[in-house]
Amino acid sequence: MTAVPLTTKKDWTSDQEVRWCPGCGDYSILTAVQLLMPEIERRREDTVFISGIGCAARFPYYMNTYGMHSIHGRSPAIATGLAMARPDLDVWVVGGDGDMLSIGGNHLIHALRRNVNLTILLFNNQIYGLTKGQYSPTSEVGKVTKSTPMGSLDYPFNPISLALGAEATFVARTHDMDRGHMQEVFRRAHAHKGAALVEVYQNCNVFNDGAFGALTKRDSRDAMLIDLKHGEPVRFGVEQERGVIITDNGAEIVNVADVGEDKIHVHDENADRGVAFALSRLAKDRVSPTPMGVFSAIDRQEYGDAASAQLAAAQEANGPGDLNALLHSLPTWDVS
Amino acid sequence: MTDTADRTDEIREVERIIIRFAGDSGDGMQLTGDRFTSASALFGNDLATLPEFPAEIRAPAGTLAGVSAFQVHISDHDITTPGDAPNVLVAMNPAALKAELDTIEPGATVIINTDAFEDRNLAKAGYDANPLEDGTLDGYTKIEAPMTSLTKEVCKDIGVKPRDAERSKNFFALGLVSWLYSRPEEPTMIWIREKFKGRDLVIAANEAAYRAGNAFGETAELSASRLAVRPAKLPGGTYTNINGNTALSWGLIAASQQVGLPLFLGSYPITPASDILHELSKHKKFGVRTFQAEDEIAAVGSALGASYGGHIGITTTSGPGIALKGETLGLAVSLELPLIVIDIQRGGPSTGLPTKTEAADLMMAMYGRHGEAPMPIVAPSSPSDCFDVAIEAVRIAVQYRTPVMILSDGYLANGTEPWRLPSVDDLPGLSVEFASQTNGVDDEGREVFWPYVRNDDMARPWAIPGTDGLMHRIGGIEKQDGTGNINYAPDNHEFMVRLRDERIRKIAETIPPLEIKGDADADTLILGWGSTWGAITSAVGRMRAAGDKVAQVHLTHLHPFAPNLGEILGQFENVIVPEMNLGQLTNLLRAEFLVDAQVISKVSGQPFTAGELVARIQEATR
Repeated sequence: MTAVPLTTKKDWTSDQEVRWCPGCGDYSILTAVQLLMPEIERRREDTVFISGIGCAARFPYYMNTYGMHSIHGRSPAIATGLAMARPDLDVWVVGGDGDMLSIGGNHLIHALRRNVNLTILLFNNQIYGLTKGQYSPTSEVGKVTKSTPMGSLDYPFNPISLALGAEATFVARTHDMDRGHMQEVFRRAHAHKGAALVEVYQNCNVFNDGAFGALTKRDSRDAMLIDLKHGEPVRFGVEQERGVIITDNGAEIVNVADVGEDKIHVHDENADRGVAFALSRLAKDRVSPTPMGVFSAIDRQEYGDAASAQLAAAQEANGPGDLNALLHSLPTWDVS
Repeated sequence: MTDTADRTDEIREVERIIIRFAGDSGDGMQLTGDRFTSASALFGNDLATLPEFPAEIRAPAGTLAGVSAFQVHISDHDITTPGDAPNVLVAMNPAALKAELDTIEPGATVIINTDAFEDRNLAKAGYDANPLEDGTLDGYTKIEAPMTSLTKEVCKDIGVKPRDAERSKNFFALGLVSWLYSRPEEPTMIWIREKFKGRDLVIAANEAAYRAGNAFGETAELSASRLAVRPAKLPGGTYTNINGNTALSWGLIAASQQVGLPLFLGSYPITPASDILHELSKHKKFGVRTFQAEDEIAAVGSALGASYGGHIGITTTSGPGIALKGETLGLAVSLELPLIVIDIQRGGPSTGLPTKTEAADLMMAMYGRHGEAPMPIVAPSSPSDCFDVAIEAVRIAVQYRTPVMILSDGYLANGTEPWRLPSVDDLPGLSVEFASQTNGVDDEGREVFWPYVRNDDMARPWAIPGTDGLMHRIGGIEKQDGTGNINYAPDNHEFMVRLRDERIRKIAETIPPLEIKGDADADTLILGWGSTWGAITSAVGRMRAAGDKVAQVHLTHLHPFAPNLGEILGQFENVIVPEMNLGQLTNLLRAEFLVDAQVISKVSGQPFTAGELVARIQEATR
């Protein structure tokens, strides 16, 4: 691999004018990624961003890398083909909750279970932005939008639960109000070998403003965000006075003083996925304490490598393909 | 073949025989037909086959719905179809007899497994009386053999249980038919030993059943029915018997080798295309990556992603799959990336006739995307032609950076014919160069890479990720030519739509001119495309042999057309287009050339026979 030159954010920024609405959460996510890229030691030439359709899907245009703005929902499928064909590349997938959980839900879950080497950033703003404000598969029940004047009837997906259920090997959550947290989670996701899904709580200030405000405002984060740290007790609150325990009924928030420090669950990213699933079910709404960070990170065979290994094994066992031999591989006869 | 030579005094020689093997889905008729075909191929006959099976894996045993048939036409001269009406029917049960009796020629030989003609099976087939006894078969030559019981009998001696022995009855049928029609035994014996390696009892049972069938012919004094077909005088070379899906798979591998790029197949299983996925998945040592996707859309998406990465992306499917892939194909048109899209057509609409043939996806291939989204279309004309057409599709795709549609069909996919193997050295040379240099200068005077700058073929550079300094973004949004920047301006879209149309039409410059076969000075031209070639060629041959003047032209390229097609059409008073649809090419010709083309349509799920084409051409030109 060619040596990685030193770069700055500017080198990763394309010449295209960014066209999201002023105040959109996408700006801070873009900045976080552009700031992170110089640190992860991959060349711009070897980096590809693939997106579908939606506001988030404009992302590749703003990165000075290779990129494809494809069609609605299909980015995980297109990226799967690229990552299989070219294991040497660093392939990222960017999309919103409509793109990846609604029209492209099928491709997302299959890319996750196969464990294709993709870093998938799911911008979840719980609304359809580019089509101007219809409810999305992550919108809360009863949401009044242009298409649901009497309130939406659909029960929403929990993207973290969905990804764990789809056998994803890396599942994390972050939010657009904390660049440092985003960068750390993106860095971890990128370093993971296999499919890494990061749900990013992202504010749509035009159609769903403040959806995560109760959680992500600077002065409410201590009380509302539960930072998952591998090997550490799961505690939060201004005084770290609250914590999470795991019971037969799932995860539960308690006062540390009531149960004792030793009863607080110690987070293990590599552990049984049932606990990760329980943690993903902890927040029932957007005004309850919500876990952030890496829910689960486990090792499993990466798909593209495994596919390449089969090719190598076939060549090792039989030598490289010989076209003439192939043509003569069925019974033949000669006519003179 | 000394054995045959010794017996020539009692074996009548004929130019050709058409045999139809028919039985229950579980009776192994496809295998029996396939074995008979292989033995005939190795013997040196020309041949063509037509496998026909129900969509159900196992329809209820003994019913009409469960009948599976395999027709093979063997000949001592060059033939192009599996034949019109079979001369011989092998009926393993009453349902097979009932389903197939109408298809065979009057006075044909009917070979019957009498053991299956008992009350229950007769009832299941809907016979009130036993057709072997009620005169149904008057006028036919009847050969009755208790195949099941004789097979069980010979298997008993070698220790095979009766239930298992029954499964070998198709080899009894094969043995009997091979004896009747003078097929060599050796290829089948070798095949049995190879196929069932390690299962000695199965080998023994099948061999014993085959020989019992042979012996039955000898002892039942059927010598009067014996026939032989001499080897055909085909052009010198090495031959193999090939079906369309295998030839297509090999053609793709050959193209990959010629152009020096790896293959990536994204596919979702669907009849009758799945065998291409199966075949290509066996050839990993050629660097072929096969990916069984979660759906048709992911299949084409992954292939397009691989193309973007510099592989030859391929997706294989049948009509329902093309409908699902439409949006991605539009993206491929907009991205101007190579992509091979293979439609093994079947009867539609909807699920339609999964295992039966039709060629009614031409309009979908032409127009089945939103917006003006032109895509080159090529169609093979015979099983072996699938090899050449696959290479031609890859040539167009890589030279012009475009998705290319191959329209094959169920008949070509499963049908077989002897194929004179090409020399690898004679295959078309293909080449492609990825972009490696910047090609533009931006407003600030910096050298940049623009993804939509065009070469003389109007093709844009194929700049694969990983290439130094050529980072760029592409997408499905309308773009400016040259820079590739997003551009919604009215004039720009008008320009780009026309440009995309023109660049596909430009491919005609590299399509060889069509040749008129038959009588170039005739009034009537028979114009075909796809798998109708065999039947048309045979029909035109018969008409000319009978003194009619008739010309034939067959299209491989459906979009764009060969450059001289318009000129040719202008030379004939009657243009007749046999098609396995309601007139899709006919309509395209009428629209493009203002020619009064007439369609001869067939949409029964069956290919044309030469005989019916002769009749319908005569009717159309009367």
